[in-house]
Amino acid sequence: MSVPRFWRSLGSRYNLEGTHCTECGEYYYPPRDTCVNCRRLGKIESYKFKGTGEIITYTIIHTAAEGFEEQTPYALAIIKLDEGPSLTAQIVGNPKEVYIGMRVKPVFRKLGEDGERGMIYYGTKFVPAEA
Amino acid sequence: MRDVAIIGVKNTKYGELWNRSLRQLVVEAGIGAIEDAGVSGKDIDALYVGNMSGGRFIEQEHIGALIADYSGLSKNLHVPATRVEAACASGGLALRQGIMNVASGYGDIVVAAGAEKMTDICSSEASSALAAAADREWEGMAGATFPGLYAMIATLHMHKYGTTSEQLAEVAVKNHRNGAHNPIAQYKNQITVEQVLNSVMVADPLHIFDCSPITDGASALVLVPAEEAHKYTDTPIYIRATAQASDTIALHDRRDITTLDATVVAGKRAYEMAKMGPEDIDLVEVHDCFTIAELCAIEDLGFAEKGKGGIVTAEGETAIGGRIPVNTSGGLKACGHPVGATGIKQAVEIVTQLRGEAGGRQVDGAECGMTHNVGGSGATAAVHILSRDR
Repeated sequence: MSVPRFWRSLGSRYNLEGTHCTECGEYYYPPRDTCVNCRRLGKIESYKFKGTGEIITYTIIHTAAEGFEEQTPYALAIIKLDEGPSLTAQIVGNPKEVYIGMRVKPVFRKLGEDGERGMIYYGTKFVPAEA
Repeated sequence: MRDVAIIGVKNTKYGELWNRSLRQLVVEAGIGAIEDAGVSGKDIDALYVGNMSGGRFIEQEHIGALIADYSGLSKNLHVPATRVEAACASGGLALRQGIMNVASGYGDIVVAAGAEKMTDICSSEASSALAAAADREWEGMAGATFPGLYAMIATLHMHKYGTTSEQLAEVAVKNHRNGAHNPIAQYKNQITVEQVLNSVMVADPLHIFDCSPITDGASALVLVPAEEAHKYTDTPIYIRATAQASDTIALHDRRDITTLDATVVAGKRAYEMAKMGPEDIDLVEVHDCFTIAELCAIEDLGFAEKGKGGIVTAEGETAIGGRIPVNTSGGLKACGHPVGATGIKQAVEIVTQLRGEAGGRQVDGAECGMTHNVGGSGATAAVHILSRDR
């Protein structure tokens, strides 16, 4: 991924910053500037998510995408944040211990890299949230 | 709006065609289709071509112009040529653009084609190009692959409805059985459930044999106004419905992960346009980019109750000779999936079946068929209904 494209969303990637429509109450992560329900009549403000949520489905990736080859096998999940929206992220730890309904919380981790000498991307992954 | 008919069709061979270029493939398909239709190049009013990623696969954009040129339609005839892109649904949308051109009265003879040349780059680069059909910033950057996204659909489908890996494997087994009777198919070998389950795991629970392959190939067809169709052929196939719908680009934003709402809505629009229901369809070509995708498709199009796709498949209802034959061509799994061509190939298969020319895979007495083409993990869906009756 190009550096500017990644740089533009650093805040969202590192801090789970999304948006919130004060008109209808919907939360957005990844952030959206236009509310899906109210469209141009929506009132969008930024919102920092608590980060806790629940796994609604997952897979264990054995054949990785470019830049993720070193990490296989890794668990990838769709996580529903407590405020409502869902996102796609990796689950750190033993992929075999991941299950639907698992409570998770965010951690700061390396996401991937552009080859051996390229840029390293950092962002949010998730870990089990149990006490 | 005018009714529209298909009067000519052609597929190239589908497979790893290392000695053929994109332009060679699409010219073979295009000329084959106009020969089948009995029309001349100088009569063509417009050309549409579905192509997902010429830029990534062969470092060539401006595919419409390239194809018109090498089809002999540019230098003297200056036929307008338009590339259509909607990831793996590019072909289905090219067909729809062609239909709308003829229906509106702009053109009287229009070619709709699709082509992709995928084997000039290594498979990891091809996978990366295909992953661009999902949300690059918010799915790809998290480490998602295309099989990974469909695997997450499969995991939840299994959890909610009790679908099994064996039932998923049955989709691949059936589609290979059908492909064995299709001369253009990439794979003509039969496989067993055990072979699927023992094949390499790509993204749990999907094995490599749950996935459609990387393929070179092109397909084309010729569209005319329905009232003119009998001038060219005794067996025109009529377009009874063309429908399209969109949904969120990212899987995680869907209303229900196990339902492709774009398919549901496009299907509903198509049934309304044709004044038909699922019970009126004799066979369907669905977008089985992964085995789970075929189960979702038959459920979302109304051929199986939600969650019962696996059971219906395991009981043979979607086999040739069953209640609703699905993917007689071999589907994306066995016939191959040159992404931009697939939506056109599906229509070519239905036309071949409705003409009664499908040989060993013929569905007896087929009068009406459907095509279902998906882009990405379900952000675009195109559904067409074709019939022998106007």
